[in-house]
Amino acid sequence: MISVEALQVVFSAGTPLERRALAGVDLTLEEGEFCTVIGSNGAGKSTLLGAVAGDVVPQSGRIKIGDRDVTRQAPARRAKRVARVFQDPLAGSCANLSIEENLALAAMRGKRRGLGSALRAERRDDFRERVKELGLNLENRLGDRMGLLSGGQRQAMALVMATLSGAEVLLLDEHTAALDPGMAEFVTDLTRRLVAEHGLTTLMVTHSMRQALDLGTRTIMLHEGNIMLDIAGERRKEMTVDGLVDMFRRVRGGAELDDDALRIG
Amino acid sequence: MSAIAFWGAVELGLIYGFVALGVYLAFRILDFPDLTVDGSFPLGAAVAAVAITAGWDPWLACLIAAVGGAVCGLVTAFLNVRFGILNLLASILTMIALFSVNLRIMGRPNMAVLNRETVVTPFYDLGLPDHLVRPALLGVLVLVTVVLLARFLASDFGLAMRASGANPRMARANGVRVGGQIYVGMALSNALTGLGGALFAQIAGFADVTSGVGTIVVGLASVIVGETLFRTRALFLALLACVIGSVIYRIAVQLAISTDVLFLRASDLNLVTAVLVALALILPRLRGAKGAVQ
Repeated sequence: MISVEALQVVFSAGTPLERRALAGVDLTLEEGEFCTVIGSNGAGKSTLLGAVAGDVVPQSGRIKIGDRDVTRQAPARRAKRVARVFQDPLAGSCANLSIEENLALAAMRGKRRGLGSALRAERRDDFRERVKELGLNLENRLGDRMGLLSGGQRQAMALVMATLSGAEVLLLDEHTAALDPGMAEFVTDLTRRLVAEHGLTTLMVTHSMRQALDLGTRTIMLHEGNIMLDIAGERRKEMTVDGLVDMFRRVRGGAELDDDALRIG
Repeated sequence: MSAIAFWGAVELGLIYGFVALGVYLAFRILDFPDLTVDGSFPLGAAVAAVAITAGWDPWLACLIAAVGGAVCGLVTAFLNVRFGILNLLASILTMIALFSVNLRIMGRPNMAVLNRETVVTPFYDLGLPDHLVRPALLGVLVLVTVVLLARFLASDFGLAMRASGANPRMARANGVRVGGQIYVGMALSNALTGLGGALFAQIAGFADVTSGVGTIVVGLASVIVGETLFRTRALFLALLACVIGSVIYRIAVQLAISTDVLFLRASDLNLVTAVLVALALILPRLRGAKGAVQ
């Protein structure tokens, strides 16, 4: 469960460049809820994810994961319960480490890292199983450098890494945006499957209206740091991509269509 | 080059093998350009010289030197992690400070450790010629260090350290406290360098505050020579390559200096080293640029 109360984030506070990224956001996600987040550039989507992950420190407000207040907790400490996949496939894994070393690193998230070998036999067997389930034929390449994989393969591995150590919350920041259409679809399907399998409370930022409605159980739209739309259940089922685009235009003030509005699709 | 000169070069190469391992840890694993070693090497030498002269056990002297080195690394890491001082600058500050500290430790600029009980003394009675005893003992010590270090880096903790250097953001997202890893890594790196300094003092028979000048460049040269000769991803071999690189570097220098054709003197050593390292850094880039044009 994630609960965000009156969350305010201001960048460059007290300077001429001051910008309010989140203007008092309230949002509660029940356990296992899968919420997609849309909004134009600068609406505060990534800031919201960053605040939940701990990368962004809020000026005021509270963030709770489960029933623990994590507002002031460092990202590394929160990582025990929060797993993330970034937009950039290069950011989510370590190119210079092997596939299995990356997996071993993720498997120990939130646990005490000791001096025992990171690639113990039973662990490797487990990794092989997990990677085999992907169906990407990577299970026999576990010793290869992560850097040798394609962006899509790395993103799929990042998802597997995110689900290795029993996190409660999954944060996805446009994790399919940098992939080719085929691979994006594969990663989307994988996301759906892994989230269901592990019962993860998920927050996913996306620029695709289609993806926002197809995936998950709830959709919110952010604009200038506020939640402008919050739909779930029947209302969400009836919502079409066109309807959502209309809503998006209205929220933005209708008239102007700049380049980021063209990214709606 | 005579056999004695050759084995002397091997001996020196093995001593600086500890430095090369430390430099590898800082530069390659943590991606931390660390000049602290220019101060922690003479610190190790100074500490060992003072302790041995005071009649302490030479192995204990080595241990204290390593701990002293570790403290130097921690100071640099503290300046960088806690206060955000640029890593290179933080290490230069520690290095400069150590020059004064080392003078204080010895009470004078240099100190002889002749005719004292050192770590090598007991092994002279085993029947091997003296000039082979030293490389043999050092070889065993450095090999044990390589094995331990390789096992450390292959552990869960070591893996977190490697990730911290290679992709700190990803490491953080996976619950690694990157700052903590820098503390441990820098302490370990400079402990190895301090140990190298302690062995140097005992085998060369002196400690000198200026003996640290260029330690970082020699360490880096060893790492690069090792990497060029042994392209490997296996940790144990990569670490071993640093030590072998250090030995080869010393033999090459010995050869260059003992050949009259090159008009080189012993005092040209630093110039030659700098040119070698610069070339080693430039060559792969030139090759890459050529490949890109084609």
